[in-house]
Amino acid sequence: MVFFILFFRVFSIGIRGWNFEIFQSIFGDVENQFGVGSGAVLLCSTFIFYITHGLSSRGWLNGDNFIVGSIGSIIILVSTFVFFPIFRMFAVAFKGTEGGYEISNFSTKIFNKGIWGLDCLYSDYACGVFWNTVTMGTLTAFSSTILGLGFALLIARTSFKFKKTIRILSVLPIITPPFVIGLAIIILFGRTGVVSSFLEWAFEIEPSRWIYGLPGIWFAQTLAFTPIAFLVLIGVVESVSPAMEEASQTLRASKWQVFKTVTLPLMRPGIANAFLLGFIESLADFGNPLVLGAEYDVLSTEIFFAIVGAQYDETKAAILAMILLTVVLVVFYLQNQWLGKKSYISISGKGDSGVHPELPNNTKWIIYSTVLPWALLTFIIYIMIMFGGFVEMWGVDHSFTLRHYVEAFSVEWVKERGILWTGTAWNSFNTTFAIALISSFPTAAIGILTAYLLTRHKFKGKNAFEFGTMLSFAIPGSVIGVSYVFAFNVPPLELTGTGIILVIAFVFRNMPVGVRAGIASMNQLDPHLDEASSTLNASSSQTFRNVILPLLKPAITASLVFSFVRAMTAISAVIFLVSANYDLAVSYILGRLENNDYGLAIVYSSALIVVMLFTITLMQLIIGKRKLGRREETAGILQGNFG
Amino acid sequence: MKKAEVKFENITKKFNETVAVDNVSCTFEAGTLTTLLGPSGCGKTTSLRIIAGLERATSGKILVENEDVTLLPATDRDVSMVFQSYALFPHMSVLENVSYGLKMINVPKEEFTEKSLETLKLVNLEGYENRMPSELSGGQQQRVAVARAIVLKPKVLLFDEPLSNLDAKLRRQVREDIREIQQKLGVTTIYVTHDQEEALAISDKVIVMNNAIIAQQGSPKELYNFPKTKFVANFIGDANVVKAEIINQNNNIYEIQLAEMKINIESDQKLESSVSVSLRPEKITISKSPEENSIHASVNNASFVGNSYQYIVNSKVGKIYVVSSDTNEIFNVGENVYLKFDEKELRLLDD
Repeated sequence: MVFFILFFRVFSIGIRGWNFEIFQSIFGDVENQFGVGSGAVLLCSTFIFYITHGLSSRGWLNGDNFIVGSIGSIIILVSTFVFFPIFRMFAVAFKGTEGGYEISNFSTKIFNKGIWGLDCLYSDYACGVFWNTVTMGTLTAFSSTILGLGFALLIARTSFKFKKTIRILSVLPIITPPFVIGLAIIILFGRTGVVSSFLEWAFEIEPSRWIYGLPGIWFAQTLAFTPIAFLVLIGVVESVSPAMEEASQTLRASKWQVFKTVTLPLMRPGIANAFLLGFIESLADFGNPLVLGAEYDVLSTEIFFAIVGAQYDETKAAILAMILLTVVLVVFYLQNQWLGKKSYISISGKGDSGVHPELPNNTKWIIYSTVLPWALLTFIIYIMIMFGGFVEMWGVDHSFTLRHYVEAFSVEWVKERGILWTGTAWNSFNTTFAIALISSFPTAAIGILTAYLLTRHKFKGKNAFEFGTMLSFAIPGSVIGVSYVFAFNVPPLELTGTGIILVIAFVFRNMPVGVRAGIASMNQLDPHLDEASSTLNASSSQTFRNVILPLLKPAITASLVFSFVRAMTAISAVIFLVSANYDLAVSYILGRLENNDYGLAIVYSSALIVVMLFTITLMQLIIGKRKLGRREETAGILQGNFG
Repeated sequence: MKKAEVKFENITKKFNETVAVDNVSCTFEAGTLTTLLGPSGCGKTTSLRIIAGLERATSGKILVENEDVTLLPATDRDVSMVFQSYALFPHMSVLENVSYGLKMINVPKEEFTEKSLETLKLVNLEGYENRMPSELSGGQQQRVAVARAIVLKPKVLLFDEPLSNLDAKLRRQVREDIREIQQKLGVTTIYVTHDQEEALAISDKVIVMNNAIIAQQGSPKELYNFPKTKFVANFIGDANVVKAEIINQNNNIYEIQLAEMKINIESDQKLESSVSVSLRPEKITISKSPEENSIHASVNNASFVGNSYQYIVNSKVGKIYVVSSDTNEIFNVGENVYLKFDEKELRLLDD
């Protein structure tokens, strides 16, 4: 009961007194109320456990305190840090110009030409930002799916010699900082880019700004998301049962007929899945449109400019975020409902000992000729990032220098004061490292606990619980970022400008990854192990501690490292939340880019890549290759890496 | 060791719409070994899990030693279980596995180590305490699972198809070991299997389940000799179930016609025009020469299985399965034969 009073108090009294006038008339004026402090948080959690304890003694879930308590706390956490901000954001969308809530302001802003206009079809004016976004998403999804399929077929169905090299593609999305690809494209194809200069010199083609806008975004996103499509599709291609293809061959089908009538149709749901995933990734992408977008506005960046730019229009940001959220959720829903059930691929317990047939020759050559140049381009881009930091200025002055490294990461030894971290990047680098490290522990903990509850316990509303915990996975980062700004700028939870809000944002962004990894490995554990433990007098918390956790060690390490790495490179959510005290690597890089200081940006990015590669290699060594080598697991973890 | 009686009172378990156990009442007597026998999906494993506390009955009561434990979770029940997959904790040694349950109830280290080693001795696994489960053979893992269950000295010991992961030879050995341990400890034991031979060999009492209800219960001998229904007759010992016509009635004596044979049987029930009867295949004698009051048939299939010949013959009432221990006189496929049996071996079945 006391809990509800606290709840009421916290939400009804705002920073300027009562939030609702009706209370003022009843209770008179009150003092201003500020944010909830740590004491109140402690009190709150005590109340939550009182309630769950009460529920479990009333016989919920076999009267199991630990389980009811865990479910209760996760529900509270997810509601506070996922649903509550989104709800606040909706409220902001309906805010009037004079304070209060009104519908007219909302409707003028939502039915805006800037969002829905189709001018580009018949005039020189730009189309609405909605259409821009959808066009971009469709193009990127299309191209990355085609190329991803090409790579998957190349690896699984040809005798191509450098398969292992191509496999490296699968780690690229994890270790790529957000602006790297856009940056590389600018220094290759921009007005003073290497390729552009060469073309001018050799063919006298006038350098232009063609790369800025849709072509550039499309190009960069295809580079960025092809590896993700590849990861999804390699699983699909390899799980097509060779027995069916062999059956088709014995029925006199030629190689091409087998491919066309059996292999492709069996892969169709998987291909659709990769397409929708590419679409979601593209819409949620923030880094590439920001760097390469120029006049081409898309939803994720427009939200950012509405909040950060000179216009500062909360309502507009909230409305754009709502639109983006709706589109992504609809696609996410489609992907889950429509494709989740429609899988033709069944892996039975019986061993399929057949051999996949090779691709028909013409298909093989088409794949070689599209995929290999693309792979080459991808590698050139990464090599440029690794070595680009050593030249004076790309496209202009290619003389060797260590200047950028010195500027970013110099360290001095002063006799009295010890080591001085004099490089300009150290501050943000250390903050990023610390915050990523701190956030990885709660991420893994909540993820594993949720996975355990979902796989091992039946309770009412389990589906809703699962949906709630996975939802933040589908919400684009910029939506999360903007909703956090609205929700935690004001009491009861005043968190903006602190490091805590960054940690929280990372935890709830990355939690679904931990849940997925946890579910994948929980499913490999015989449920009889838990039951054996509980018939041997162990309570569910003892079982969790003594049996489940030790057996999940690899999964825990994996989700720790992945959430750490993802937190190092996440941009779209945290760009809204960084502050002077807590500057992150990605926002530092963005700042350098805005000043056209490409050298420093490249140096910083390559440093991040090295750190992340090192972390991942270390993890591989610790938990062994077998676990990490499971493609499905890695694929699940990698999905949604951007955004 | 403690002995406790386990009682089911109108237990029903539903999974959504599917009824897994349908209003079952029965008693598992203290200190005995009772088998729950039936085909897959009959509700036997669900019943066992209800006793363990791993499933909660939708309605009804379960009593252990007259104490109502229906709402008690598995952790708080004095019941141990040996799982089909053994469910040994792969990250713990044999000793750690066995002492796990004692550790959970805060038994001091010296005591639980001593008790665990004692129990390992009981299952003939002395010297294996520091091995990991993966370093043991299937039979040894099985014994670790048994040791882990009995070290707690539970009131009730449960086995869920414990032999199904062992090869045929080992099965016989392990089932004898289980029976021996059970009798040594005198613990109330409930054993689930789908193998009728296993059930008959090991049990004091067998409860045959089918379609979520109890089909019949009794000692192994009773069930084998006096099956009440077609299902039980067929499931235990592959009895022949054939139709016979009633041709005469005199009070509770009925004269029935079975193919060419006329037989008198006694029944207190009121019977309609035809009845089902069961006949054990090994109770039938088969010969080449026609005899009085015998069934005429022709051999459809003959197979030699070592200690006997198994025949399937065609008769007027359909196929009949015959086991003949006489391996000298052989009947060939297509040959005409005559079947004869003692009237007392015929059992009238409920339909």
